[in-house]
Amino acid sequence: MADAKAPPVERGAPAIAYALAGLGALLLLWGSYWGLMLAPKEAYMGDVQRIMYIHVPTAWNAMLALTFAFGCALAFLLRGDWKWDARLEAAMEVGVTLSLLLCMQGSIWAKPTWGVWWDWDPRLTTTAVMVFAFSGILALRRFVDDPVKRAVWSSVAAIVAYVDVPIVYFSVKWWNSLHQMQSTPQTVSSAFHWPLRINAFGILFLMFGLISLRARLATLRLQSELGPPSPKPVAQYVPAGATGDTR
Amino acid sequence: MHLAAALHKDVLLQWRGRAQVVAIFVFGATSLLLFSFAIGPDSAALRQHAAGFIWLALLLSSTLTLADSFHSEMEERALEGLLLLPVSPGALYYGKALANWAQLSFLGICLVPVMVVLYDAFTTRFLGLVGIILLGSAGLSAPGTLYAAMTSQARAKQTLLPLLLFPIVVPVLLASVKATSLLILGDPMGQIRSWALLLVSFDLICWSLSGLLFGRVVED
Amino acid sequence: MPSHTLASPLADDAALPVAVEASGLCRRYGRRWALIDVSFRVPRGTLLMVAGRNGSGKTTLLRVLATAIRADRGTARIEGKDLRAEPQEVRDRIGLLSHQTYLYDSLTALENLQVAARFLGRDAGRVALLPLLEEVGLADRADDPPATFSAGMRRRLSLARVLLKKDASVVLLDEPYGQLDPPGFRLVDRLLGRLRERGATVLMATHLLDRAAELCDHGIVLEQGRLAWSGSAADLAARSGLNAAALPEGGV
Repeated sequence: MADAKAPPVERGAPAIAYALAGLGALLLLWGSYWGLMLAPKEAYMGDVQRIMYIHVPTAWNAMLALTFAFGCALAFLLRGDWKWDARLEAAMEVGVTLSLLLCMQGSIWAKPTWGVWWDWDPRLTTTAVMVFAFSGILALRRFVDDPVKRAVWSSVAAIVAYVDVPIVYFSVKWWNSLHQMQSTPQTVSSAFHWPLRINAFGILFLMFGLISLRARLATLRLQSELGPPSPKPVAQYVPAGATGDTR
Repeated sequence: MHLAAALHKDVLLQWRGRAQVVAIFVFGATSLLLFSFAIGPDSAALRQHAAGFIWLALLLSSTLTLADSFHSEMEERALEGLLLLPVSPGALYYGKALANWAQLSFLGICLVPVMVVLYDAFTTRFLGLVGIILLGSAGLSAPGTLYAAMTSQARAKQTLLPLLLFPIVVPVLLASVKATSLLILGDPMGQIRSWALLLVSFDLICWSLSGLLFGRVVED
Repeated sequence: MPSHTLASPLADDAALPVAVEASGLCRRYGRRWALIDVSFRVPRGTLLMVAGRNGSGKTTLLRVLATAIRADRGTARIEGKDLRAEPQEVRDRIGLLSHQTYLYDSLTALENLQVAARFLGRDAGRVALLPLLEEVGLADRADDPPATFSAGMRRRLSLARVLLKKDASVVLLDEPYGQLDPPGFRLVDRLLGRLRERGATVLMATHLLDRAAELCDHGIVLEQGRLAWSGSAADLAARSGLNAAALPEGGV
């Protein structure tokens, strides 16, 4: 596994990553402006409902990021290619950030609506559990020095955490249903779909741009930890007495 | 055959370390006491929340049990020694997980009288309670043993294990607390079965998944 | 990857069946390469000494061959079984005496052996295992935990654990004389003799060149992870430069 080549790294970050992120940011700004400012007020909930234009796309993309992380974890365990480990780290970080934003948006919605900062909505609660689970894995990565162990363990933990997500969702849902809590409405009236879609793509592009850039950072770090993939040939052997580093 | 040998080893190790189990029980009982202070002397409220607190106490105690279970394996790298014999990692995992399950169930059952006394939370359905404790402990033990194997080799092991384990066992906590609460307070609508089923599904999924992944976690 | 290009009397035994065959083994720890392009062959039934200074890669080499750690590059075969492709089969055939004792400090010496015996499918009764403890000189401490032992006694117990595996055809010993007293040295000599009689192949990493030269058939020298020399054991002991450097301080 470890003798797979470290992925080649170009001089600067690929332009497409920046372009993607930039395009995403622009779309997000446009969609948010439209949704938050221009779209008509919702009949029953008023202005607070506007947060759905950001909340729903964030939710889709957070789930997408973590699903991608799950895929990277599987790919790494099955193939052993370092690039999957770099992408795993990036996808988890972006996924955790989006999930955290999701929780914050949920709170912002809940306070004016229900008067409390948190409602135990199954989706929101599951998101909170996901934040903790994947932050835990990111913390694990910080505390393990050996790159191979770090990669294998975080892949294993990511798989367990991801498989757990639907179970958490169902258990919170049943637990909640006994108390008949209102859930955060996810539907938006059909006239208002456009800002939603624009934002969804905006966050999607932004997300992949960020994952790409972050994965590159992870790759650079791996390069510095592991050095070049093969030792020098015999001809360049440093005789005894020199320092032990025979790179 | 390897599984029987692994189980023998882990039970023997636990038996040798039984003084630890007493200490962990005291920790759990102390936690129950401290939790009761959070409510105050309101007997009705105490009784209502007893289920939650006993499972929290068991969850906290489980981190001690689980971390300890790999301590002896890592001191002199005995686990590696066994893997080289060769012994299949699966057998080593299930032996350890079963031994941890036994210890956690035992702790849980011992904490019940403490709960009964401090929280006035008695139940006549004692067998049902034991059943829920067994199912819940199994749910704690499976992922816990996997993560304990990982974190025992990393730095900051005491912090990492709860950090990784607690989010994963949320379903166990929810289901066990709910089921226990229904046993204590009464279950007019017969919901305990569905919670027990949730626990069984979680246990089946976790025990198989963790067993598969354990080999990767301990190989070098 | 070609076999090492240095001349070697091992090549003369090309007709004998080969028990251990390494080709281009490389292993790194982070940025540092601990093994670089190590290749050699060990004929069956012979005793190979692995010499070198501290940090030259002896322990890493033995651990790679025992499948305790993976090689990053290169291949090796133990009795024809590839390390990477068939690790379990390799483990069936090897015994490893490592720096780590592989013991459970909370179990007694006898119980430690019993645990291993059960996994090996052997008789784990007290009667069956006490002779083994007697052989390594620990019979009177059979019911004490290794935590109360001295370093040398713990080493003897690990030695007993290695001997449990009677059908190990390749035995890897990492500094077997380390931490032992003179009776312990004689014990190791006896055991090496027994392994020989049994027809086992032995790879032994050691500093004690004089002693090892009497017992070994061949030797290799590792220097900073590379194979610096290989030859017969007598030639190895005669290499004056290495003699002075490799002996522990103050002699044996």
